[in-house]
Amino acid sequence: MFQEIVIEAGRAERHYWRDLWRYRELFRVLARRDVAVRYKQTVIGAAWAIIRPFLTMVIFTAIFGKLANLPSEGTAPYAIMVFAGMLPWTFFSSALADASGSLVGNANLISKVYFPRLIVPMAAVGVAFVDFSINFVMLVGLMVWYHFVPGWQIVLLPAFVGLGLFAGLGPGLWLTALNVKYRDFRYVIPFLVQLGLYVSPVGYSTSIVPEKWRLLYSLNPVVGVIDGFRWCILGGESELYLPGFLFGICVTVFLMWLGIRQFRKMETSFADLL
Amino acid sequence: MMPDIVISVENLSKRYLIGHQTSQRERYTALRDVIGREASNFVRKAADLLHGRQIIQGDDVEEFWALQRVSFEVKQGEVVGIIGRNGAGKSTLLKILSRITDPTAGKVRLRGRVGSLLEVGTGFHPELTGRENIVLNGAILGMTRREIRRKFDEIVAFAGLEKFIDTPVKRYSTGMYTRLAFAVAAHLEPEILVIDEVLAVGDIEFQRKCLGKMSEIAKAGRTILFVSHNEAALRKLCTHGIVLCGGRASPKQNIAATLDAYLSQAGSGLAYSWTRTSWTNQPTVRFESIAASLDGAQPTMRLQCSCIIVSEQKAPLSLIAVDVADVNGFPIMQAFPSTEPFIGGAPGRQKVEVTIDLPPLIPGIYSADFWIGPHNTETFDFLRTAIKFEIIDSPVRGRTFPHTRDHGSIVPNSMAYVRTNKDTSVTNAFGPVAS
Repeated sequence: MFQEIVIEAGRAERHYWRDLWRYRELFRVLARRDVAVRYKQTVIGAAWAIIRPFLTMVIFTAIFGKLANLPSEGTAPYAIMVFAGMLPWTFFSSALADASGSLVGNANLISKVYFPRLIVPMAAVGVAFVDFSINFVMLVGLMVWYHFVPGWQIVLLPAFVGLGLFAGLGPGLWLTALNVKYRDFRYVIPFLVQLGLYVSPVGYSTSIVPEKWRLLYSLNPVVGVIDGFRWCILGGESELYLPGFLFGICVTVFLMWLGIRQFRKMETSFADLL
Repeated sequence: MMPDIVISVENLSKRYLIGHQTSQRERYTALRDVIGREASNFVRKAADLLHGRQIIQGDDVEEFWALQRVSFEVKQGEVVGIIGRNGAGKSTLLKILSRITDPTAGKVRLRGRVGSLLEVGTGFHPELTGRENIVLNGAILGMTRREIRRKFDEIVAFAGLEKFIDTPVKRYSTGMYTRLAFAVAAHLEPEILVIDEVLAVGDIEFQRKCLGKMSEIAKAGRTILFVSHNEAALRKLCTHGIVLCGGRASPKQNIAATLDAYLSQAGSGLAYSWTRTSWTNQPTVRFESIAASLDGAQPTMRLQCSCIIVSEQKAPLSLIAVDVADVNGFPIMQAFPSTEPFIGGAPGRQKVEVTIDLPPLIPGIYSADFWIGPHNTETFDFLRTAIKFEIIDSPVRGRTFPHTRDHGSIVPNSMAYVRTNKDTSVTNAFGPVAS
């Protein structure tokens, strides 16, 4: 016999997480759509995915490393230090920004078909992950260029990628749900991302932050991710500030919980509000 | 829940909150009022935000019940047409059944996978090719990758787009686009299919193909809920029907009875007279008023029309025509009481009496359009559905089963003869209607 579905006011979907798994195909297709569409009708196409982070890296190295003369982590080249920070930052910020706008951007889908809505912001994060992979290949190229050999810590990198993913997805879910109801958030997000670039150790190393502010600084969940990345990639050249790092994980878990809760609470009314 | 009932809807209600902008109705507003209103609006919206309520544009909030205590049950294999005017709640009902939106109250039980087709080409991306869009749309409608791959060629063939399958759909014509979209949807195989107004697209040939595909799906034992304004399609496809009116549902009946009830409701407001009320775009020779009445008895009824015609200035002689249409506006006949222009062209007002012999119409509501012009290629005045009249008696005397629109609008004077082998004499077995 077929599965019986009961629709009632305010009733939470019993098979929600199972449905999410059943619709994994849609996740893949939506992410692929966004990747495929991104560089359509551009002259240099996917080269944009390489040029943008490359230029940012050059500018950051020139401004922070050369003009401001900030110290790198140990003996690591400043460019690699910057890139190892930019990698998780771009991942985090595009995951956050794309996830936040995803529901409103897919309004036509949401008002016409049923599927677990979580797929939409998750697919947006998936797209950010594709960009991240391209950037990672660039980082490898950069390391070859500088003849830089990473330490054993590099094997732990996937864990930090996962942390970065959750750090972006959590607030992304929260914001995208609220954005459906209150479009004010659309204007908040670019500002948040811009500000985040400066309060996160992207262009500089965390070591220049005074010791007494380190814990407070770790309130920003990206700090832990970036530090983790640098620790993995630069190896012994940078050390991980453990209390701050654990604090950052707690913040990420909290944001993830908050995001899912908000999203699930508002999910059934998305179609009416869009 | 009975084993063969696949959809059961109990007391389903849905409320929307809508805002009105009362302030825009005022013609003159002082800056002070505007500032005051904006300030109070801001405070209200901020309070809404803090309480997590929906922001409503406008300064007057009203509740609107799109559905009110709707209940019905659908058995496996039934094809149920949902009929109603715009705004009757049809789309809201379908949206709840396809789990897009939540009801405010009530309960729905669905047994089986629901495929909903509320729009043709949901999620189509203009930049992607036909091939990519088939995969995308299929996944959105809930098909698995294997299912899409298996049916891919069939879908492309159904749409007739083999040549353009690798072209971005933004280069497609509207017809090609809808054909591709419907082709994907038609190959969806859920146990319950929910369809909203999708046949209103494409050319006649393609519409026929779609109808064929849908009856094929229905014959395969799937349950279908179908919203349409296309009477012929509803009659052909559906077994049962429900009329929605102002958010309330009629009991489920067979489709013919539902359509007749709906059509007589839609055609209510019979009009046996018409008087000009608006004066815009005034023709030189125009109808001023029309009074109509039916006389005679079935099957030879006559429509008597007395028309007042006004000429502003000297105009050529004109002639008059009356079109009679059924309740859907489908034309049945055109009457030209005179083939020569006969209405005087001098300025002034005149009365013209027109008598039209009606064909043997089945009971129902009919409308009449009035036309006046100097030649069939030139129009002075044309009134659409100026008169709506009702035929109550059947043209066939002693008919034991009632007429419905399934039987057409006109009953011909048909005869049948029976010839037996034993006796070669001819008997009139089913005589013509008396005249």
